[in-house]
Formats: sequence, C-alpha cells, structure tokens
Amino acid sequence: MSQLKQFFNSSIGKKLVMATTGILLILFLVIHLINNLLLFGGPDAFNQNVALLESIKPLIRVIEVILALIFIYHIYNAYKLWWENKKANPEKYAVSAKKENSTIYSRTMVITGSVIFIFLVIHLYTLWGKYNFGMEGSENYFEVIKTLFANPIWAAFYFIIMIFLGYHINHAFQSSFQTFGWSSKKYTPLVKKIGTFLAIIFAVGFASIPVYFFLISLGGQG
Amino acid sequence: MSEKNIDLTLNIWRQESPEAKGHFEKFEEEISPDASILEVLDEINNRLEAEGKAPIAFESDCREGICGTCGLVVNGHPHGPLPKTATCQLHMRNFKDGDTLYIEPFRATAFKVLKDLIVDRSGFDKIQVAGGFISFNTGSAPDGNAILISKELADQALDAAECIGCGACVAACKNSSAMLFVSAKVSHFALLPQGKPERYERVQSMVKVMDENLFGSCTNTYACEAECPKGISVLNIARMNREYFMAELKTGTDE
Ligand code: SF4
Ligand code: FES
Repeated sequence: MSQLKQFFNSSIGKKLVMATTGILLILFLVIHLINNLLLFGGPDAFNQNVALLESIKPLIRVIEVILALIFIYHIYNAYKLWWENKKANPEKYAVSAKKENSTIYSRTMVITGSVIFIFLVIHLYTLWGKYNFGMEGSENYFEVIKTLFANPIWAAFYFIIMIFLGYHINHAFQSSFQTFGWSSKKYTPLVKKIGTFLAIIFAVGFASIPVYFFLISLGGQG
Repeated sequence: MSEKNIDLTLNIWRQESPEAKGHFEKFEEEISPDASILEVLDEINNRLEAEGKAPIAFESDCREGICGTCGLVVNGHPHGPLPKTATCQLHMRNFKDGDTLYIEPFRATAFKVLKDLIVDRSGFDKIQVAGGFISFNTGSAPDGNAILISKELADQALDAAECIGCGACVAACKNSSAMLFVSAKVSHFALLPQGKPERYERVQSMVKVMDENLFGSCTNTYACEAECPKGISVLNIARMNREYFMAELKTGTDE
C-alpha cells in the first residue's frame, strides 16, 4: 500500500494520473459530443435519446459518480502539480525564450484547464443541475437548450470556452501518449496530428451547438 | 580572419552570495566576432581585475562542449540561442552589431545561485550517485564483439550517453524538472546488456532522489529538448516512464 502511495506521489506517478484521467475524460467527451450532435436531428431525435438515457437512469448515475471522481482527481492532481512546480521554479529570466522552445498549448494547461473547470461548474448548474433537479419542462430538453442559446451571452460564453477546450486537448492527447511511454520517432508525429484533429473536432463540434441555436433564434423560426 | 568587431550591450547578473539580492550590471563592449561568449567574459574579467574590481564568477572547464560546466542563460536560452551548442562553443558572430544580451545564471530552486553566474548543481551529483553507474567490476576491456549489440540499440544508447550533465534541461523547464537528464542516464544503461541487470533498481532510486531534490514534475512541454546542447530526445523520457512502470510492477509483485 505504501508503495502505491509512493508511486502516485512520485513525479512519474503524478503524470500518469494526469494522463490516465485525461484520456478517460477525452473518451467521455467523445460520447458527450455524439449525444450533442443529435440536437441537429431536431427535437424528436434528441428527446428520444434523452428518454432512452432516462430509462437506464441507475446505470447513468453510477457512470456520473465515476466521472465525477475522475474529474476531481484530474483537477486536484493538476493543481497540486502546478503548486509544486511553481515552488520548484520561482524565478523568471529577464528575457523569455519560452515562445521559441515550447508550444503555447503546453505552457497554458493550467490556465485553459482552470477556465474549463469554471465552465464545468456553470455548465453543470445551467444544464445538468436544472435538468436533474426539478426543472420545469425537462420532458422537452431540446427546448431548454434552444432557449438557453437564444441568449447571445450564453451562446458566446459556450462558444469561447470551446476554444480553450481545443487548446487543452491539443497538448493533452499527445502528452498522454508520451507519459504512457508510447512515443517513438515513427508514431509520435502521427499521434500529434490525431491530437490536433481531436482538438479541432471537439472545439468545432461543441461550439457548433450554441452557434446553431443562436442563429436559429435570429431567424425567428419555431 | 574575421570581419570587423561588433558593439554589444551586455547585462550580466551579479550576485555576491546565495543569500544576497542580485542585479544586472551593464557592460558596453566592442567584441571580436571570433570570440566565444566565455572569452568575452574572460576579457571583461581581465579588465575588472586590472581595475581592482571583483571579476564575474562563471564556470568552465573543457571549453569544447563536453564537460557540461559552462551553462549560463543568454536571452532566456540556457547555453544561448544557438541550438545544440554549449555556451563555450557559442561565438559572438551569432549576434549582430548593436544587440543587447542578458546573461544570467540557470534559475531553479534546485540550482541555488552561489555567486554571479555559478549555480550549485550538486542535485545532479546526488542523482548520479543514486544509480548512474554499474555496480559490478567489468574487468579489462572485453574482446570486440564478445557481446553483440545491434547497431540500432547501440545508437540509441550512445545518443543518450551524449548527455553532459549540464543542467540546461532543468534551466529551460518551466517546472525545473530534471527528467531529460535522468532519462538520458537511465536510457543509456537500460539499453545496453551491461546496464540491464540493475535497470529497475536504477530507475527507482534515481527518480526518488530526483524528486527529493526539489526538481519539479515534468508536464511534457519539451523545452528541455529544444534547449539541450546535445539534442537529447524526449523519447528518452518516454523510455524512462516505461522503465519506471515496469520497475513498479516488478517490485510490487516480487515480494
Ligand atoms: S539532457 Fe541535455 S540539457 Fe540536460 S543535462 Fe544532459 S546535456 Fe544537459
Ligand atoms: S566548458 Fe566544458 S562544456 Fe563548455
């Protein structure tokens, strides 16, 4: 047991935690995105899917708890790392060469991550929480989302956050592979490309929802 | 011979002692483009000494890029802006007339500034002592080809062995992580038959000592690889992670 604890407190153990929880969260995002895209199928397709998930509610609840634990561990470990690393490197150079030796994605993980964290809390409150805790009209979830994004402030907020998400994922995916030890001259360039591809798909995919509903609201249809 | 001399403004870090507060001291110099940056410091020091002032403290030994003592930071780049070049091999022809340079020591909690441009890198020594060696006597030189090693493995091991232990990777890293250095040492042994028997104990004890000595944790920014004067690849860090996971599994199940 103490060996395990020691492992997770080692520098390599901590990066394994970031990478493993991170990859699991990416998997969650894939499923989340697929569900979101059903919104483009119109109210019936989307609400049917909601009803389907509703019918397996106990299972969903279990998954939610696991997911919450993964999120919490990912966030907790990230801030711990950030704090320790700040202590390990308190002083800056007179001239910064950081732009020339590393990517902005890799340097801003704690910033993009924090923004996503704040978003997550708000997002849980505006959509998940209201849905789960006695919101009126939750039988027509499609309408709820449509109404939310008719508000330009909400639409813009969700849209902007997705850019941060893209930045985060762009570093995260290839970084996880490196941490797992799955790097090589041959495959790493491909892994990086896949990571960038995923980042774009997530950013564009998720951001398309608020944009779509906002535009619809402008058109004044339905 | 060379083109004409260039005029540079050098801001050089001066710090009396580890506890003292440091500051930049400004020097306006006319410099031969053929001089290395250390030679420029030598010249300034000659003058300072003639004037009865304290010379700028900096480290160097081989002055041919192999000993690793000469690390300093030029305009934010450990070992200067030229890729894969140690400070001692950095010549002033790489700068333009009128340039302003900021020369300062490696900065990291693990590398305390001792004086001016000299930092305490004993953390690296401690990591080396923890496992950067082979603990059995290898005897006299073995017969050639007695132990066969594929070209590919030999290349990877020797690439890792190129690490000169200078500490630029730590200095470049926003987390002051020593992973590139440690992974180079771990890889260089783990890839060769002579190093294999102790590979798992080695990686565990070197990582442990690294973590104990105030080096930060790696977050894969790869600034180390970009600044390393020997071009040590971050693929070594991936290899070290694999070694470490294997070591944990092994020691976790052996008992
Ligand atoms: S890995 Fe490169 S930068 Fe780090 S100590 Fe070795 S030679 Fe220096
Ligand atoms: S003085 Fe030896 S590497 Fe520069």
